[in-house]
Amino acid sequence: MTAPSKGRKLLEVSGLTMDFGGLRAIDSVGLDIFEGEIVALIGPNGAGKTTFFNCVTGIYEPTAGEVMIHPPGEKSRRINGMKPNRITTLGMARTFQNIRLFPAMTVLENVMIGRHCRTGTSILDAILNSRRAVREERETVEKSYRLLKKVGLADVADEFSRNLSYGAQRRLEIARAMATDPFLLLLDEPAAGMNPQETLELDELIVRIRSEDKLAILLIEHDMKLVMSISDRIYVMEYGKEIAQGTPREIKENPRVIEAYLGEEAHA
Amino acid sequence: MAHLKRSFGIGLWFMFLTLPLMVVRVNTLNHEVEWRWSNMIWVGICAFAIAWFWQFSIERRTARRAHVAADAHPEVEKLSLAQRLADDPVLSRRVLIGAAVVAMIFPWLVSTGQNYYHINVMVSALIFVVLGLGLNITVGLAGLLDLGYIAFFAVGAYTYALLSKNFDLGFWTCLPLGGLMGMLFGVVLGFPILRLRGDYLAIVTLGFASITKIVLENWDTVFGGAAGIAGIPRPEFFGMALDGRQKSVYTYYIVLALVALTIVVTTRLKNSRVGRAWMALREDEIACVAMGVDMARTKLSAYALGAFWAGLVGVIFAAHNNFINPDSFTFMDSAMILAMVVLGGMGSILGVIIAGLALKLLPEYLRAFAEYRMLVFGAVMVLMMIFRPQGLINNMRRKYECDTVEGDHDDGAK
Repeated sequence: MTAPSKGRKLLEVSGLTMDFGGLRAIDSVGLDIFEGEIVALIGPNGAGKTTFFNCVTGIYEPTAGEVMIHPPGEKSRRINGMKPNRITTLGMARTFQNIRLFPAMTVLENVMIGRHCRTGTSILDAILNSRRAVREERETVEKSYRLLKKVGLADVADEFSRNLSYGAQRRLEIARAMATDPFLLLLDEPAAGMNPQETLELDELIVRIRSEDKLAILLIEHDMKLVMSISDRIYVMEYGKEIAQGTPREIKENPRVIEAYLGEEAHA
Repeated sequence: MAHLKRSFGIGLWFMFLTLPLMVVRVNTLNHEVEWRWSNMIWVGICAFAIAWFWQFSIERRTARRAHVAADAHPEVEKLSLAQRLADDPVLSRRVLIGAAVVAMIFPWLVSTGQNYYHINVMVSALIFVVLGLGLNITVGLAGLLDLGYIAFFAVGAYTYALLSKNFDLGFWTCLPLGGLMGMLFGVVLGFPILRLRGDYLAIVTLGFASITKIVLENWDTVFGGAAGIAGIPRPEFFGMALDGRQKSVYTYYIVLALVALTIVVTTRLKNSRVGRAWMALREDEIACVAMGVDMARTKLSAYALGAFWAGLVGVIFAAHNNFINPDSFTFMDSAMILAMVVLGGMGSILGVIIAGLALKLLPEYLRAFAEYRMLVFGAVMVLMMIFRPQGLINNMRRKYECDTVEGDHDDGAK
């Protein structure tokens, strides 16, 4: 069960524990992500996958454990308890399980928000319409528009994001996260609610993002076909504990995982 | 048919409800009871007509909604007049110039000789327009409900009153100081409520306004108590003495310039990185933070900039009235400014201006119907919220020009 560790480590989580009152939602989970990898985090509903995401991205402060990041070209940092916006600025961007776009803003503006932490136009710059404001604004629009092209939403750039179809909203969330120039992209159930065709396109998009943008990706997903086809490594959680990790092939044959999943698989 | 039946029922119900009020009158002099049955018939007819019209409107609205929902192409949804105006730069520039010209010559349109009542009314209205635009930043753009906005207005007004009384400072020195004081109080209020949202936030801002008013009323050695401060100097004009009308005209131009400045600044902010962060914060706080926006900074700046305009225009208010007391800064005024923002359409600059002018000018010119004007006012607000909850102008989308080589906007072609 050794990981095919290529490149250097980007994210290193060890002993992560999260308690809500008396309930231990995550019990000492560890996870590593290496450069250029697609890693999947799977598990039955309520296993604590999204809580894990929230701990790593700063929405929750973990009760115990270490979350270290090693951004390429920068020094390593411990990010436990950092504010979410700081973590995003350091280079980890996420999407949400229940889509969280800005509904009354246009598709392009949604992506432009992602550029916020990479630009520095101040209030004074904006009021005086300074050279910096104009330049940054133009760069932001261009970069955002390119990202929209990448996810195939360029022709609806001026539409309100609430008017998009479900699948398109999911892709827009990915584009918005990518606008923050991350080195690691965290996708929380990107294929939820998508039809097979949309899932296929998403599959292709994720692989393309990895190869073109040299991003590492951590995703939570229930769609086993998607997970097995694109992941390099898989972590399995159940009841807040990590029960297995390994390549898709290893996971498929792991009796512990089959046991945990039997109920769900039988339905599917 | 069902409508008629229902309306008939409503008519009857109202006849019954208003029976004691409209029909029975006790004549205390003769000790006898008058029965005014004709009133009852009128009530019945009016209630019937209104109920019928009401149901008719509701039905039409639902039909229109269904029509829109059935439309497969959201792109071809009907564009509002304002959106079409904004999309056409030539037309919008013409309209803008027209409005500017009317605003410039307004004092000479409505007043001759020493009659400057209309100018004064307009000055008050424009003061409230600036307040509306300021609150529009906090509530409309950043989505932070503020029920105590008038407190910042009071801060500005008292800043000028006290500085001119105690230190003999002039209007033009105090104008920016008033704005800065408002801003300072905005930040002071902003810090403790960074973590609050929605209802809780509203209650705290309400409390802040109450505290401000109580301090002003009771600390008489400094703020003059309930009697307020009188004899506040008008804006000086290069040391020249102005007569009554000239003073009003001069104040009018000052406040008009301030309105223009507010419009320019808020428009630029709205269309910048800062404004987008405010809007994102309004739309979804968690997503906004997860996208790397610093929530504390964004919220504080929204409060500070909103309060800045209130402080600034508070100075003009004090100068225009020569006199201020705590009664000018009641919760009713906060509610009125909030109503401007909501009726105008959250975040819409043009909408807030129209709503601000309407809300201040209509009651003024409806004085003929003095007893009924608040009734009409309330009814208009209720109807507005039912039939146009998004405000006068909303759903405006901003389009961005993009000149990358391969990227060509062709949303119209779809």
